[in-house]
Amino acid sequence: MTDSIAERVRRIATGIFQVPLDRVLIQSSPETIETWDSLQHLNLVLELEQVFGVRFSPDEMAQMVTVEAIVGILERKGLPEADSGS
Amino acid sequence: MNTRAIETQDSFRRDIDLAVSRGDASLALSLLGKFWREYPGPATASYLLASFEELRPVWNPRVFQLIVLRSFTVEPVISLLQASAAVNGIDLRVEIGGFNAYAQELLDPHSSIYETAPDGVVLAVQTRDVVPQLWSEFADLSPAAIAQTVEEVLRSYRGWIEAFRSRSRAHLIVHTLEIPEMPSQGILDAQVREGQCESIRSINRGLLQIAQETEGVYVLDYDALVARFGRGVWHDEGKWLSVRLPIAAHCLVHLAHEWLRYICPLAGKSCKVLVVDLDNTLWGGVAGEDGFEGIQIGPDYPGAAYQAVQRAMLDLYHRGVVLAVCSKNNPAEAMEILARHPGMLLKPQQFAALRINWNDKARNLREIAAELNVGVEALAFLDDNPVERQWVRSQVPEVSVIELPKDPMDYARALREACVFETLKLSAEDRERGKYYEEQRQRQDLKRGSSSLEDFYSSLQMEAEIGEVKPETIARIGQLTQKTNQFNLTTRRYTEQQIKAMSLDPTCRLYALRARDRFGDNGLVGLAITRQRRGQVEIDTFLMSCRVIGRTLETALLAVIADDAHNAGARRLSGWFVPTPKNAPAREFYSRHGFTRTGENEQGSLWDLDLEHRTIQSPPWIRVRVCIKEAIS
Repeated sequence: MTDSIAERVRRIATGIFQVPLDRVLIQSSPETIETWDSLQHLNLVLELEQVFGVRFSPDEMAQMVTVEAIVGILERKGLPEADSGS
Repeated sequence: MNTRAIETQDSFRRDIDLAVSRGDASLALSLLGKFWREYPGPATASYLLASFEELRPVWNPRVFQLIVLRSFTVEPVISLLQASAAVNGIDLRVEIGGFNAYAQELLDPHSSIYETAPDGVVLAVQTRDVVPQLWSEFADLSPAAIAQTVEEVLRSYRGWIEAFRSRSRAHLIVHTLEIPEMPSQGILDAQVREGQCESIRSINRGLLQIAQETEGVYVLDYDALVARFGRGVWHDEGKWLSVRLPIAAHCLVHLAHEWLRYICPLAGKSCKVLVVDLDNTLWGGVAGEDGFEGIQIGPDYPGAAYQAVQRAMLDLYHRGVVLAVCSKNNPAEAMEILARHPGMLLKPQQFAALRINWNDKARNLREIAAELNVGVEALAFLDDNPVERQWVRSQVPEVSVIELPKDPMDYARALREACVFETLKLSAEDRERGKYYEEQRQRQDLKRGSSSLEDFYSSLQMEAEIGEVKPETIARIGQLTQKTNQFNLTTRRYTEQQIKAMSLDPTCRLYALRARDRFGDNGLVGLAITRQRRGQVEIDTFLMSCRVIGRTLETALLAVIADDAHNAGARRLSGWFVPTPKNAPAREFYSRHGFTRTGENEQGSLWDLDLEHRTIQSPPWIRVRVCIKEAIS
């Protein structure tokens, strides 16, 4: 499915980190993506907040250390409306 | 974000990548602008900045160096700011000051802000950092302590700003301090003079006072910005406490846009002319179908939306923006409405040029620019029809096309938000500009009736007053160097501070030309700056406002300079011509006045006049009055 939360997070991450989609995997982290520094982490958080219409707490921000962790947090938040892509 | 949005963004990226790889700059630029307007945010910003980097060989932006001094995390705002600046034709280079180090950076003479010579500096500090007492500890303070705190903080600001002004020529943009969302005394705060909000506001009034007393210092009303988007939604306390970013994700772009509204005029990116469509833009409905009686324009819904647009246009008119019409209508029907409809706030004579016909709008816009003697980049275009907007963007990419929302009730707001009309200073000329253009139309009518050019010049009864720079004209002189593109021999841009420095430099002379004729006062429209060294005077700057091009006033000004140089003992008068894409009208200036070409480099050509054997004759049809000091020989 192209519209799973994981897929959307990966696509957003490629935009923020300026790396091809195949370099962003579910287990990707600041260790595997060179451009994932603290500023880009903040930019990723801000982009996710805007596109998913949510706000992350400081605790959540600290836990967002892999794509998988981010997906987990988003799923736990229960997104307002999981548009299945018409 | 739904899948459709992801797909739209992907298709934007594909189309832009394709346009970039094909080298189709105008398509790429227009798509980049559209992408940004639809999806502003960190990811789009980093994609945009990378694309503009690839377009660099064909992209011709203004460069602006900005330093942001701050008491909070601004990093995520910067890429948003750079992306919106790029979309507006500005290559913004930004440095960020140390976290909470703004005071040292302003006061330390060896600070890097004084070594890098930026164009502009923003002082972005928050109430809770500058005066924590007034933010969170207010209830602890006695009235005397409150007054003292206000006074002390203003003294600090004054010290910072004075230190800055004495060491830097850059523009300084100072944020006002915001008031708290929930004052510590509740509703009582609004009842007392020494309330928390009122105390913070009195600091802001003091900041305005300091800015008015100091050249090149401007106030950015941060408190009003927060209020505009909602005090309750602006902040993100969690991010403030964890990463020192006080602003919520969706509001960061608003701060970036607010900064851009200052940077556009400071970088000289402003439009002089607003060209508007008529049907469904200036009034609701279609003149050709609904007729004089059927169109919507008036004080009630739905005509009020269009009156609001006209009110916004009138506000721009009084700020010196020239208005023009470009619309597809039957001219007789449209003119009838413009001239006689009781709901119209704008009058036909307030439009400097009218193109009401069935021609292609891109062509009409070029004609309007030519008629008004401005480049197409001086035009902004307002049209409700997205197809026309896209057409103009693709055909005349230099024109600033204002994006309109779907609902006409939001049109006026969109026009007021357009940063291309922002200005930080209003000269007397700006306020009167609309009238100048009205007079200009009368002059053109006279020209059509004159048998020879000499007759026409004589009938204008021109007077030129050539004088020195005065404190009250420094703003206008700086503006002339920033905005004059066509009759400008070297296109050197100077700030007010630089003009002031030159006026005090004994080797420099500044000549400001004010022109008058039988139709009215044209105001300060010409400028020359010369530098004297040994037996030679060099023309550093020579320009004429487009308002008076082609009226031989430039010859009168050159004659005065040549005379002055000769009297000062100079044997030669020299000057560079630096060609730009826009200054063709000035290309023949030196050769036509008997100068010989003596040098050349990659920037331009050097011209020389032998003052011992040649003079410049002032045109007999201009009465010239010279009011300058004797030159030092």
